[in-house]
Amino acid sequence: MTTLAPVMDRSIASRLVRSTADQRRARTDRMMRGFSLAAAIACVIPLAAVIIFVTINGLGGLNLDLLTKPPRALGTGGGAASAILGSLQMIPLATLVAVPVGVLGAVYVAEFSGRRSADAIRFAADVLVGIPSILVGIFVFTFLVLPFKQFNAFAGSMALALLMVPVIMRTTEEILRLVPGTLREASLALGIPMWRTVLSVVLRTGLTGILTGVMLAVARAFGETAPLLFTALGSRLVNVGDFAKPMDALPIFIYVNARQPYPVLNQQAWGAALLLLIVVLTINILVRARSWGRRAA
Amino acid sequence: MTIQIEPPPSPESRADEPSAAPSGAPDAPVADPAADAVGDPVVAAVDRDHDVLQRPVPVIEPARPTPAKPDAVDAALSVEHLNVYYGPFRAIKEIGLTIRRHAVTAIIGPSGCGKSTFLRTLNRMHELTPTARVEGSVLLDGIDIMGPDVDPVQLRRVVGMVFQRPNPFPTMSIYDNVVAGLRLTGGRPRYELDEVVERSLRRAALWDEVKDKLRANGTSLSGGQQQRLCIARALAVDPEVILMDEPASALDPVATLRIEQLMAELRQSYTIVIVTHNMQQAARVSDETAFFTMGEDRAGYLVEMGRTSEIFTNPKNQLTEDYVSGRFG
Repeated sequence: MTTLAPVMDRSIASRLVRSTADQRRARTDRMMRGFSLAAAIACVIPLAAVIIFVTINGLGGLNLDLLTKPPRALGTGGGAASAILGSLQMIPLATLVAVPVGVLGAVYVAEFSGRRSADAIRFAADVLVGIPSILVGIFVFTFLVLPFKQFNAFAGSMALALLMVPVIMRTTEEILRLVPGTLREASLALGIPMWRTVLSVVLRTGLTGILTGVMLAVARAFGETAPLLFTALGSRLVNVGDFAKPMDALPIFIYVNARQPYPVLNQQAWGAALLLLIVVLTINILVRARSWGRRAA
Repeated sequence: MTIQIEPPPSPESRADEPSAAPSGAPDAPVADPAADAVGDPVVAAVDRDHDVLQRPVPVIEPARPTPAKPDAVDAALSVEHLNVYYGPFRAIKEIGLTIRRHAVTAIIGPSGCGKSTFLRTLNRMHELTPTARVEGSVLLDGIDIMGPDVDPVQLRRVVGMVFQRPNPFPTMSIYDNVVAGLRLTGGRPRYELDEVVERSLRRAALWDEVKDKLRANGTSLSGGQQQRLCIARALAVDPEVILMDEPASALDPVATLRIEQLMAELRQSYTIVIVTHNMQQAARVSDETAFFTMGEDRAGYLVEMGRTSEIFTNPKNQLTEDYVSGRFG
């Protein structure tokens, strides 16, 4: 061990020169920096790989036919119109249900509830975020499919909503907590009632952040496959507006077509995958760009 | 007892009062500073303290209404046996005092003596703190505002508040900030809102600076302007009493001066209670001063209250004297 030996040479110059210990420390430092850089790169590579891989394989399949034509009989082409239209119907309905529930739930937790119930609700929401989505599918299947003996798009929407609610609730709650308490005080001190304060001051101030949470939840819902397998089921038919019947969705379309023995269908699956990737990435990038813009401003 | 806290009277009700006229202009001439600084014993007494504001700041000309009968106090608020608790801790002990109508009452005292707590009970903002509890009564025009019949929401339209840090609503324009209290408590016709905006901003001595950019965001203003915007916002709901919790402590000296001038004008129409750490400020702006301190049990209590000149030059209590002359602690 080191002993506190008297320093013989007290000149400043000698104290500035690197000792062997210093050099070893510097080497270790460089090495560990290298490791963490490598780990950071390893985190980014999968994203880049997925984007490149899907783009290369999907470009051939992503064409006007895919976007506009309904599926045709096995192995003879057509497109993903049924899936695109399905996603475009089920996700808005799910959003319509999930946004009020998620936002109001967050308002309750952040503004009105006591500490203990807030903790309990927050914990429940966190667990719900972590629940495998196929379990949500089975759950909804039990209540909204089995009784009717009919796979239906409404059940699909509800399953997606169930997945969106905790995401929206948690992000909204975080945002509401960021709204300074002084604004609530300012509002209440003007004789503005609590509900109006929450609505017009707190939610209004957090609006962009809440929208961010909603968009992220929408992006997640776009990509969910498992909860739809038990509920909306998927369909080769274009279903517009009939939520009591099965409906197709982009991830189901990919899942089904990727398993067919026909190259043309596999090609469609790649095209649809690229389309899905574009949608999800666009939403995510839009969200991030907004927050970047805000930070810069 | 039936409670009749009136909804804020219509905005016209004050139009005929003196302060609505030219005194509302932001650049209203201030009394000759030199003459005042020399002549006013209060200022002389506190001037030796070190503070950015000790330089010959133009002291607001005391348009002090010298009451014909000085003893007949026209009370806006009278506080009786007020105790405030945070959970088991008593923050304020047995405070009883009277706040004069259309005057500025300053509350001074060391940190932690319950000044802000006291102020917040006057419009029941203390209720936002979950564990806070109040005993005693606060009479506003003879009505106990702590009473079960008084709605704190209504109360706060009569007893407004300005906070330490300017807190305009960040999502709203200057115009919307001013009318927020009216718009969010029930709509008013547009032309009426326009009037309220101009009148409130004039009274808050901000109109000339912002009249061409009413649609700009409230947070785009400077700190001092933001604070005057907050004052305009409080004035717009037509309160009787305005509570100010260290309204200038986050501002630079020039902005502070504007706020102090503003208080001198506003007290002609409003009852103002200000909490301040700045003794010179208390001496400059207030008609009456209450000195709080805390006892062994850390509960704040009222040591002495009286006319500001008395408190600063001839206090009756040794504690007050020590504090105002800087010997405290």
